[in-house]
Amino acid sequence: MKAEHYRERRLEVAGWPLRLTSYKIGDLFHCHADNVSPGANVARASAPTQEEAERRALEKAQERLASTRRR
Amino acid sequence: MNYAHPEVLVTTEWVEQHRQQDHVRLVEVDVDSNAFHEGHIPGAIAWAWNSQLCDTTRRDILSREAFEQLMSQSGIDNDTTVVLYGDSNNWFAAWAFWQMKIYGHQDARILNGGRKKWLAEGRDLTREEAHPKPAHYRAANADLSLRAFLPQAQSASREQCAALVDVRSPQEFSGEILAPPGLPETCQRGGHIPGARNIPWSKACNDDGTFKSADQLRALYAAEGVDNSRPVIAYCRIGERSSHTWFVLRYLLGYAQVTNYDGSWTEWGNLVGAPVEKGAAAAGQA
Repeated sequence: MKAEHYRERRLEVAGWPLRLTSYKIGDLFHCHADNVSPGANVARASAPTQEEAERRALEKAQERLASTRRR
Repeated sequence: MNYAHPEVLVTTEWVEQHRQQDHVRLVEVDVDSNAFHEGHIPGAIAWAWNSQLCDTTRRDILSREAFEQLMSQSGIDNDTTVVLYGDSNNWFAAWAFWQMKIYGHQDARILNGGRKKWLAEGRDLTREEAHPKPAHYRAANADLSLRAFLPQAQSASREQCAALVDVRSPQEFSGEILAPPGLPETCQRGGHIPGARNIPWSKACNDDGTFKSADQLRALYAAEGVDNSRPVIAYCRIGERSSHTWFVLRYLLGYAQVTNYDGSWTEWGNLVGAPVEKGAAAAGQA
C-alpha cells in the first residue's frame, strides 16, 4: 500500500492561508488542512473521492478559522 | 549539509533500507494521532503526544519511571536505534527526541522530512500494527540542562543573559491572535516575552519538510543575533514547535547551550503580573 494521488494546494479561508493536502491510501482518500504558518492541523476528513475528502476538510476548516479572533 | 551532528538525521532511503533490522525501532509521533491509522511505515509503532509523552495529571514531561515503562513496552532497550517521525514537519517527533535526550538515550534519530516526505514519495505503508517484544530499559537521571523553566525565562528576559527565541507565527508573536488560527485560545493575554526575537520554526524547513542546510540555518538565526556565543531559550505555545527549533540549534548547528522552555506561552501568557510585549517584530526581524 502506498499514498497515491498526493497533492497540495493553498487557498485563503476567512482571511487565513490554508493548505489542503490530500492523497489516497487503500480505498480511501484522506485530506488534512493546516494553517500554513504556524502549520498546525486545523481539520481532517476521509472520503471515497479526493474532491469529497477535500470538500469535507475545507468545510470543517472554514468553521474553525472563522472563529479565530483578531485583536 | 555540514550539520554538527549529521548522525541524528536519517533519509527516507535509509529508513527503507534499515527498517527491518532488529535494533531499529520506528516511532510515529503525530500532532493528529488519526494519521497513523490511515497508514504508516511498516513496522512503526505510534506514541500519542498528549497521553504517552507527558504526565497526564500535572503539567510536566514524563517521569523517569514512566519514560522507562514507555521505552520497555515499545521494545526499546538502551542500545536501540530509535527513528522518530511524524506529521507537521516532525513537531512532536522532535518533542519525543527532546525527552529521549533528557533521559539519556544515545541513538535517537529523526526522519528528515517526516511523514509528509514518506507519503509524497509514494513509499510503502501499512495499517497493520507492530507488536514489538517488550524490552528492558534503564533511563538516566533527567538532564535538565536541556530544559528551561519559568525562572530561567524570566532571567533571560530581565537580564538578557540568554537569547529568547519565540518560534510561533508573527501573528501569535505580535498578540494579534492568542493561538494558531483554527485552534482554541489557551492563554489570557497575547504577545511575547519582552526581549524575545521572532524566528518561526517553519523557516528552518524546506517545502518538502526536510531541514534547510547548515549554512542557511546559521544565517537565519545569526540574522536575529542568535548564535553560539550565549545560551538560547526557545519557546512557542506548548513546547513542541520549540523542541523542533531546539533540535535544529542543538543538533544541526551544534550550539552548546540550548534549552526548550516547554511552559512556553501557555505558561507566560497566563501568569498574573507577567510583563508582556506586544506588536510586530522589530525592523529586520522575521
